Amino acid sequence: MTRSNLIREIFRIGLLCIVATFVLGPLLATVLGGFKSNAEVQTSALSLPQTWRLDIYADILSDPGFWRYLGNSLVISITTVALTLLVGAAAAYVFAQIRFLGSKMLFSYLSLGLMFPFATAILPLFVQVRDLGLLDTYWGVILPQTAFGLSLAILLFRTFFSELPKELFEAAYVEGCGYIRFFWQFTLPLSTPILATVGVFVFVQSWNNFLLPLVMLNSREAFTWPLGMMQYRGEFAVEWNRTLAFVTLTILPAVVFFIAAQKYIVAGLTGGAVKG
Amino acid sequence: MAAVNTHAESSSAIDKPRRKSMNGRVAAALVLLPPALVLFTLFVIYPLAGSGIYAFYDWNGYGTPTDFVGLQNFERMMGHAVFQQAVMNSLKVIAVSLLVQLPLALVLALMIYRRTPENTIFRLVFFLPYILAEIAAGLIWSFIMDGNFGVVADITRALGIDPYFITSDRSWAFTAVLVVIVWKYFGFHMMIYIAALQGVPKDMIEAARIEGASRLGVVRYVQIPMIKPAIVVSVFFSVIGALQVFDVVIPLTNGGPANSSHTIVTYLYTFGLARLKIGYGSAIGVVLFITAVLVAVFYQRLFMRKPA
Repeated sequence: MTRSNLIREIFRIGLLCIVATFVLGPLLATVLGGFKSNAEVQTSALSLPQTWRLDIYADILSDPGFWRYLGNSLVISITTVALTLLVGAAAAYVFAQIRFLGSKMLFSYLSLGLMFPFATAILPLFVQVRDLGLLDTYWGVILPQTAFGLSLAILLFRTFFSELPKELFEAAYVEGCGYIRFFWQFTLPLSTPILATVGVFVFVQSWNNFLLPLVMLNSREAFTWPLGMMQYRGEFAVEWNRTLAFVTLTILPAVVFFIAAQKYIVAGLTGGAVKG
Repeated sequence: MAAVNTHAESSSAIDKPRRKSMNGRVAAALVLLPPALVLFTLFVIYPLAGSGIYAFYDWNGYGTPTDFVGLQNFERMMGHAVFQQAVMNSLKVIAVSLLVQLPLALVLALMIYRRTPENTIFRLVFFLPYILAEIAAGLIWSFIMDGNFGVVADITRALGIDPYFITSDRSWAFTAVLVVIVWKYFGFHMMIYIAALQGVPKDMIEAARIEGASRLGVVRYVQIPMIKPAIVVSVFFSVIGALQVFDVVIPLTNGGPANSSHTIVTYLYTFGLARLKIGYGSAIGVVLFITAVLVAVFYQRLFMRKPA
């Protein structure tokens, strides 16, 4: 390596480290804050704790409310993913496999959801969910969430399905396999990459959603973790160490999930975005 | 069913499945399509149409709207200083995205798009904030910027000056929001650029180098033009994203102080939903909808040669 290359490399790594500090600093302060006394958080935000206190984390972990929030989020997210994949893939399969009059129009209709942020209709949506008697229930969050996720899901599924080999369907058809069975037995199993990508995307969106649960859920029993976190923050307004521990424990699953499913997450979030 | 391909049988052998296939097709479409159509109509289109109607009423959401007020909701909104500020703030988000966030993302992408172990680590680190919930990001930063506690407190103490509360300072509160937005989203745009840069053929870059192009020349005349589609997309997402900012603001400033740091959506929430002014909130929703659609349509006409 020549000298100028070495200098350039040092400069490059140095700059990257500065940005990494900007990214990781706040996260580090958050994780460490949960181990400190409140007084210590106040005097030094970024230093290591003088004594590592475990009681705050233990307190939260033994609080049934905390698990309740996470459980609610998990139920809502998993149901949303399952419903989006099933309903979205079924519709996309029809668009990819079956030609009929008005199919293009219906597809454009279902794509309308890509055009605008869901906040635009949040008030009538609130009225609608209330009139259906779904306020303060899981379904009040799951159904609108699924409906708004359908546009992107159908678009991505249709592209993938129409790239599956046509001969496969013809062969199965000759064997007496109908459209619905083919969808269930061949299309879905062959589409795991796109199902995983869309599934991860929908899961992350649902898990992190704040506005919709905020509007639809009133009682603490039904709160998802973002609502629970804001509630907690309100209760322990000056005890930052408690809030920081709470934040750490809720973002930890997200980070672990991210590292485990990295490939799909990056593909789902950037790829999904690019195609949307 | 065995396919026997003698001439005599071929016509009936093809005819039969075709008729059956017609029925099968219709049945399949009738089973598989309606769930999506019903869900979408009920929870997307119906509320959206509702916005377009309620926007012309003064309505608290109970009973049926009867108090028709014409364009009053829109007039009040346009004349409301807080709404004007919210629009300004949303424009600031767009400006910071285009002038700070995207250039930063591009520079970093150029630095780490090659597949090496240390680049992989940096990539993961920079992408990390994107997967965190916005609400968590807002809360974390509200700690960092807390004048009594966080990193800002450490700095003011080290400098020996009075505690400073950026999120309570009318002229700087929204800047705090902007910092968090850059922190949260630059990694996402960087990833889009990295994916595109990895798709640029290596021999093109080598050829340019052999022809005597400098490193910057390669970036300027080969790499950036080649990843233009990615840049077009990421600009689009910055603009559409700017129209939707909500979660980050709530824990940081909650629109304050003195309503100086609202975005369009926090304004909609605070002045529409929280006060159950369904008519007024719907009018804001309509404006947001029209803006989003106009942006999408114009942008795609201008820059993306593919149908919406």
